[in-house]
Amino acid sequence: MVVNQLPHFPFLTVLVLLPAGGALAVALMVNVRRQVTEAVGIAVALATLGFAIATTVLMHTGDGGYQFVSKHVWAASIGVSWFVGVDGISIFLVLLAAVLFPIALAGARSRTDARPFTAWMLLLEAACIGSFISLDLILFFLFFELTLVPAYFIIANWGFARRAYAAVKFFVYTFLGSAFLLVGIVVLAFVHQHQTGVLTFSLPTLEHTRLASSTGILLFLAFTAAFAVKAPLFPFHTWSPDAYTEAPAGGSVILSAVLAKLGTYGIIRFDLNLFPQASRTLAPLLLTLAVIGILYGALVACAQNDLKRLVAYSSLAQIGFIALGTFALSTEGLVGGVLLMVNHGLITAGFFLLIGWIYERRGGWQVAELGGLQTPAPIMAAAFTVVMLASIGLPGLNGFVSEFLVLAGTFLVHRWWAVAATIGVVGAALYLLWAYQQAFHGKPSPSVAQTRDLGWSERIVIAPLLVLIVLLGVYPKPVIDRITPSVNRLVDRVEQVTHVRQPAVATHATPPARATNTNAP
Amino acid sequence: MSRHLSLATTHVHHAATSNVIHVPSIRYLGILPVLVMLGGAVVLLGMSSLVKRQLRLRVATATTLIISLSAFGLAWWQWADVQSRGPYTTIDHSVVVDGLAVLITVLVTVAMALSALVAEGYLAREGIDGAELHVLAMVSAAGAILMAEANDLVIVFLGLEILSIALYVLTAFNHKRTESGEAALKYFVLGGFSSAVFVYGIALTYGATGTTNLTQIASFLSHNVLVHDGVLLAGMSLLLVGFAFKIAAVPFHMWTPDVYQGAPSPVTGFMAAVAKAGGFAAFLRVFVSSFGVLASDWRPIIYALAIVTLVVGAGLAVVQRDIKRMLAYSSINHAGFVLLGLQAATARGVSAALYYLFAYMFMVIGSFAVVTVMGRMGDGDHDISSYRGLAKRQPLLALAFAVLLLAQAGVPFTTGFLTKFQVVIASVDGHSVPLAVVAMVSAAVAAFFYLRVTVLMYATSDEPAVGAPDAAPTVTPALVGASHGGGTTWSGTDAAGETRTRLNAALLMEDDASAELTPEVGQTEEPTRIPVPLGAAVAIGICVAVTVVFGIIPAPLVDFAHRATLLFLP
Repeated sequence: MVVNQLPHFPFLTVLVLLPAGGALAVALMVNVRRQVTEAVGIAVALATLGFAIATTVLMHTGDGGYQFVSKHVWAASIGVSWFVGVDGISIFLVLLAAVLFPIALAGARSRTDARPFTAWMLLLEAACIGSFISLDLILFFLFFELTLVPAYFIIANWGFARRAYAAVKFFVYTFLGSAFLLVGIVVLAFVHQHQTGVLTFSLPTLEHTRLASSTGILLFLAFTAAFAVKAPLFPFHTWSPDAYTEAPAGGSVILSAVLAKLGTYGIIRFDLNLFPQASRTLAPLLLTLAVIGILYGALVACAQNDLKRLVAYSSLAQIGFIALGTFALSTEGLVGGVLLMVNHGLITAGFFLLIGWIYERRGGWQVAELGGLQTPAPIMAAAFTVVMLASIGLPGLNGFVSEFLVLAGTFLVHRWWAVAATIGVVGAALYLLWAYQQAFHGKPSPSVAQTRDLGWSERIVIAPLLVLIVLLGVYPKPVIDRITPSVNRLVDRVEQVTHVRQPAVATHATPPARATNTNAP
Repeated sequence: MSRHLSLATTHVHHAATSNVIHVPSIRYLGILPVLVMLGGAVVLLGMSSLVKRQLRLRVATATTLIISLSAFGLAWWQWADVQSRGPYTTIDHSVVVDGLAVLITVLVTVAMALSALVAEGYLAREGIDGAELHVLAMVSAAGAILMAEANDLVIVFLGLEILSIALYVLTAFNHKRTESGEAALKYFVLGGFSSAVFVYGIALTYGATGTTNLTQIASFLSHNVLVHDGVLLAGMSLLLVGFAFKIAAVPFHMWTPDVYQGAPSPVTGFMAAVAKAGGFAAFLRVFVSSFGVLASDWRPIIYALAIVTLVVGAGLAVVQRDIKRMLAYSSINHAGFVLLGLQAATARGVSAALYYLFAYMFMVIGSFAVVTVMGRMGDGDHDISSYRGLAKRQPLLALAFAVLLLAQAGVPFTTGFLTKFQVVIASVDGHSVPLAVVAMVSAAVAAFFYLRVTVLMYATSDEPAVGAPDAAPTVTPALVGASHGGGTTWSGTDAAGETRTRLNAALLMEDDASAELTPEVGQTEEPTRIPVPLGAAVAIGICVAVTVVFGIIPAPLVDFAHRATLLFLP
């Protein structure tokens, strides 16, 4: 493993501590006007974004290993350490979180209690980024679990009618999945300890644990239980439509765009790295679940009258695509999967932001009650169209690139699964266009005709998302170049352990990794 | 003496040892905390009759604080002593001062101080001005410390009885409440029964091994193989039942919910922390060190005991409506977790169990401090519906309670997570992976009922009700309070709406009865702000601070438990 250390500045630690400190500061800002509180929240989130961009720029492009690694002992007697680092996979998720939090804070403000809302959001950002950069399994687990608390409070305090039910369901489901993850982590650490005499939870070290195939499969299932619930993969998704629907707009944005990625990221980072053999053995099962998720999500989305639930089910389908690309275990599939995590984050964040704004104007998001929004609110309709087309997978927008890579990567190794999944792509076009037609086209009713269009502040908030959606659709190369070396490393590792090589086409089809690095100091 | 003098001088020494009662040497530092607690209790009792009525409570609380803090200081002196010179036994090897004993002494003295702070406000509110509660609590604390220091089954029994008898009285302390008397009687009868079982266990163990000294039992068992070990196993089982009763392990938990509910709230917190600590301390010492050789015999029993304790505790807590009963079942669930550490029967397990007890003490005393405050005058307002909307009225109190409950659920960056993490580590290390899985799943179930209270606290009851949702006419008015502006339209059109609304209602444990009586609930009702006495506020603050700070900086507490264990096991 190549580990590049840039010791000058602890970028990653700052990425966690900055929003965490911001959360504390905001929480203590009693008797301060809400505008100031919100401005401080957004400023902290923007500063975090600045650090995230700086980290990305300073990374070595061609290097697939962990960078910016820093390690400090945290609790020696239980073997836990503050061990963080990023590679081409995690950096984009960090970046995604850093982009979406200021947008959510600015675009989906709470109507009441701005102070606690902002504080919880910043804490959630710290926890999300912390999960993406942790290289110590227990540290990851801590952050992974910590996300539940702010997310729970955001749903329970600022959500809609059934928020209490949705919040508890979300918390308990995820907690239950995590129960298996924690035991799995500890068992793995002890298997490693029996082999080497060292009790550690460090991911790069534990990768070298030799596992009997049955142990590997059990551990894989324990880990995947937590990640499948979090993602969510079919059939562990039942909490997600409720949580996404009942959460306030900002909460829905973060839940679906960032928190859901913790699950898929966990699968790629931990399942594939730690249990390559089990991943290979159980890939058909996971691929099948992914395809069922894609088809089921599309089918149920077709039956929704409720825009938020529709997007929730379409998310289920998209997460299915991510899992499909991941368990294809080919370079293309994995690159597509990682890219789709980012793209889906951007798209779904756009959806939930726009739906939040529709709610502010119309007091609801039932498709049938919106009809004809396009006439009074053309700019909103245009923004919605871009997001929707990206979600459908129109070439030129970001959704297409990742979906294509996933399907191509899957087709090489698991043909029929890819074919079945393609039906889901058609389904997505069906339900999204249909919902769009109902909501935006037609003659507006008198009340709809008075709907305000997007104001300037809202346009500024949604603009970065639209720009990124187009940019990543037209020129995804910088991103793919950075993801590919890390994915290659991962695929190599899986192939070494399992002695199964992917078809040669897959490696030629992807752009070669750049060996030199232009940005590094 | 005359006979002694008549003997030839050469035989004086021999005669003296055989006929005169041999007084064992005493290293007073070893039993000083116990003596301070007991002596303090006597002093306080005498003092309270000399002080004016108006000042009595203040003086009693202040004295209790001084006494328990000086015992706490002595415990740290013992700690330094044990660190530098190693563990030692005294009074003819019947009392041992080692890491485990000192850790439990620290725990009990801190618990005593915190409970005194909580009790102050409670007694003032209920108009009870005597020092009896403090006196009894100090006696009980002395019993718990003695249990932890005991190196002889007889001393264990002595500690157990001192601890328990004071607790029986404390349970019935508020004689105005009928349920207190009922709870105390139940506790007393069952407790007396379990003590009898325990004594019988001591007798059988003595019969099998020829000694009641824990060290000698261990050495006897490691040097001899009993061909007929029926008596020994029977004795061990009876001891196990006695301990299981004290720590409230299923199926010996029947008294717990009633006693926790019936006892005055500050006493419940004290009981949950101190009785468990004392019980577990002796349980760990007797089984891990004395019966360590027989681990393969008792580990499967503890395994089964832990599983039923975890499952029943978490499962039954879910259906409770009374916060104190809920916390009682939750404490049963926690006992199941500590049993994981015992079941491992390793140094790691003991260390994890000790850490668990220590961290849990803060969580449970803090929780019951909030419950005490929330109980209002009469200490009877414990239906969980009375927590509705607390966050709006008293955000700090609600936040503190939320932190303590979430910590008990095992949320990261609190000591609650580290407790569960360490027992799981110990359990996996002891090759009991299924047990660890059951424990963590029960923790997820437990999260449900901790969250239920949190949900209620953060449910808004002062929002204008936007008409009753037409989709769910059966929904109680309280739900209307939870429905957000604009939500009505959607629950009416959503097909699954009604079912989910009902579930929602069930989740919030809608208070049907009270809703019928007060139909305006959720619309105009604004319960009054509950005053938080200074003592309780300080206690809750300390508990929350310890839970969070040592969750983020775990090393000091974890190392404390770790080193206590190193000085316990040879």
